[in-house]
Parts: sequence; structure tokens; C-alpha cells
Amino acid sequence: MSYFFIREESNNIQRCINLNFLGRHVISIKDFSREELDYILKVANQMEKFYKTGSNLLKGKILATLFFEPSTRTRLSFVSAMFKLGGEVISLSNPEMSSIVKGENLTDTIETVQNYADAIVLRHKAEGSSKLMSELSRVPIINGGSGTKEHPTQAFLDLLTMKNEINGKIDGLKIAICGDLKYGRTGRSLAYALSNYDIDLHFISPSALRMQPEVTSDLHKLGVSVQESEDIMPIIKDLDVIYVTRIQKERFPDPAEYESVKGTYKITLDMLNGVKDNLIIMHPLPRVEEIDYQIDKTKYAKYFKQTYYGVLIRMALLGLILKGDNLSF
Amino acid sequence: MEDKSKSEIDTEKELRVRKIKNGTVIDHISPGNALNVLKIVGITGKEGMIISIAMNVPSKKSGTKDVVKIENKELAPEEINRIALISPNATINIIRDYEVIQKNKVSLEEKIRGVIKCLNPNCITNGNEPVKSFFRIEQTNPISIRCEYCDRIMDYDDITQQF
Repeated sequence: MSYFFIREESNNIQRCINLNFLGRHVISIKDFSREELDYILKVANQMEKFYKTGSNLLKGKILATLFFEPSTRTRLSFVSAMFKLGGEVISLSNPEMSSIVKGENLTDTIETVQNYADAIVLRHKAEGSSKLMSELSRVPIINGGSGTKEHPTQAFLDLLTMKNEINGKIDGLKIAICGDLKYGRTGRSLAYALSNYDIDLHFISPSALRMQPEVTSDLHKLGVSVQESEDIMPIIKDLDVIYVTRIQKERFPDPAEYESVKGTYKITLDMLNGVKDNLIIMHPLPRVEEIDYQIDKTKYAKYFKQTYYGVLIRMALLGLILKGDNLSF
Repeated sequence: MEDKSKSEIDTEKELRVRKIKNGTVIDHISPGNALNVLKIVGITGKEGMIISIAMNVPSKKSGTKDVVKIENKELAPEEINRIALISPNATINIIRDYEVIQKNKVSLEEKIRGVIKCLNPNCITNGNEPVKSFFRIEQTNPISIRCEYCDRIMDYDDITQQF
């Protein structure tokens, strides 16, 4: 059993936190404490060994991937992670080939699939879909992205990228999350994840794509320093992280709204004159036009390295959820 | 006809709606919300009991108020507490044989299931899944509630527009 002890200065009591994730659902980044996040990042780094050599840690276990929205990285990295740990995968990646087209709802789908697999990764356009399914599934549900709100495993890998690529720690960083903050679930999840750390957070977006008010309200209540702006240039030289997101065309209820903001922001090479030497530029991908291709070969670009960290994070999550703390490295 | 004292007669003259023998009196409803209160407790008028409504009547406490009297029905606690969503200062009087046998203020429950819809069209509770809406109270005054599934926050206007 893994425990993490912290000392509460007010009354000198050691608080014991159970870090056994066996059977746990992964639904929202808000469900995870700082201690739990740090533990997941630690295990992810330990998984590097198995990334290279493979493992039989999850031999005999089956992961079902149910993707009702397109995915390249999330789905393939979960599949890769599971194979690297000796497990197997069954997939529903084309809803058109399933009983969904016959009118079957998600509830009946999960009630069925939980009999085929030891864990389920679910991506669905409806917000709250993973949360509802976690209430009825007896196998762990991992949220692979739900609507415009949640993408917890992306947030984990984003934290791991920052930790590993800048000085080994997240506290003290100055971070700008840019782009479509209204409809983008990755920026939202990352903001909540970062609320557990002592950071300086900036939201940079066109005014029509500002971060949802309930998120900024929550962050203020959590004591996070958040500045909102439409222009990154006044602060770019102070930043440690620029996290860029794509305008989520597919989520705009009004096509005219999308047309009015399309192409309104882009990170280009000339913008990076005078930035910090250890600045990193991140993006959850897919990238469309918001980062110039000339930046790809610079030392700042970490968005493809993020995809590697995505495999480590998913290996860590699958190991912890399916094996608990019986992980021997 | 029963003999009454002069003060009782004078009091009755002042009442726009006469006293009921048995049932529920919902008093101090926010002005203009009487019909919404009936909707939120699921009363349509087709149930058969006599319902009296007074709207925008003078109130010493709040200037104006609405009052609803439902004869021969005592509202259950879960019905009563729904009223708090749209009229947090309402009071409930249970009447038996013309006497107030129970008087309570409505109170907001911490979590509300199935009473109102989430306004987010993309919320899982608005699809074809067997699930009721589920909200927790964010703030009591002014009221705001948050959907447990999609995190959408709804305020007083969002709640009342559903009725």
C-alpha cells in the first residue's frame, strides 16, 4: 500500500493520503489532489524503463477504447501504453460500425462493454458522459475527452512535459494558455491541473473565445493568480510556457462565429526574439495554423515530445488503475 | 351559519382569499412567482383540488408578495424544498381544521435531482440516457446552481425561464 505523508504546519499533524488507485475512475482533473498528481507524474517517469523494454505487468488485462469523436494521439497512446505493458486492446473507433447507428444509447453500450474489458477509455461529445458512465460501470472509466469540458489525461501529460522539460518542477512557472479557451477542453483541464501548483497563469485569447467564466471564478476561489488578455506580446519575454490550442471549429454552434475568429492568432518565429532561453511551446495537437511550422525545429517546440510523455502517463494510469500499487520497477 | 367575533369578521374582510379548512398555504412567495411555484411542485390544476392564488398583494415584510392556498393537499417535504429554488423566502403552513399545525420556511437542499433541466444542450442529461438532471447549490442568495455532470452554472433567470 502506497502512502504519502504530509505535515500540516498549523497543528503538526501528519496527514496520510492513500495513493492506491486500484479500480479508480479517471473522470475529471478536479478529482485529483496535488499529492496524487505528483505521484502519477513520478510513476510516469518510472514507466520510461518499460517504454523501452516492454513489460508483462498487465498481461491478461483488456482495455476497451470507445471513441465517439475523432482521435489520433489519445487513442493510439492508450493502445500503445497497454501493449507496452503486456495487455490487450479492443476498440470501437468507428461508431458507424456499431449498434449506435441502430439507436443504442451510451448507457447500454457501457453496460455491455464492461463485460468484455477490465477498463474503458471513453471519448464522447456529450459533457458529463464519462461521469455518468462511471456511476454505472463496475470497471474503471477513463475519460478520453468529453465535450468542451474535460480531458484529464491530457492535463496529466501536459504537467509531465512542463516538469520534465523545465528544471524538474512546476511551482514558480509563468504560463500562458492561448487560443480557443471557450470551446477547448485541454486548456480548461490544464488550468484546473495547474491550480494545484504555485504558478502565474495567463489566458490569452480573442475576446470571443475567452475562458468560461465558471473556470476563472473557480480559479480565483482557489487562489490562483489569473490574468486575461488578447495579446501575448507584452508578457512573452517573461513566460516559461506557451500552451497553444487550436480553434475548435467543430464545436462552434454558429459557423459565422468561427469565421470571425479563424486565423486571428498564430505563434511565429519572429515573436520569439528575446524570450527566455528555457521557454517551451506546447500544443495538445492537432495543430492547424496556430503555430508556424518554422518553430518546429527550434529548441522551444515541445509539442511532439508531449506525445511521448502521453504514452508514459497512460502507462502510469493503466498500471495504477489495474494493478494498484503493486508496481515493481 | 357560525357566529363569529367582530375581529374575526374584520380580519376576513381584509383577506382577499378566505381561510382554508385543510391543506397547504404557501406564503411570502416572491411577487409574480405564484404560477411558477405551482409548476415546480407539479400542480397543474387538473388534480381536482381547489387552488386559490393571490399575486402582488401587500406585504409588511417585503412590500408585495404572492400567496397560494391548496385545499385538501399537504405538500411533502421534497415538494416544499423545490420552492426554495425560485422563492427562497417562502413559508409553508400546513392547515388542519382551520388551524396552522405546522409552519416552516422553505430550505434549499444541497443537491437537486430531476426538478429542472440543464440548459446546456450538450449535457449528457439532455440526451437519450436514463438519467435525471442533477445540480448542487453554488450560492443561495442570489441563487446559482451547478450541473453535476457538465459544470454549467445556472442562475435565477435560467431556473425561472423553464416555467
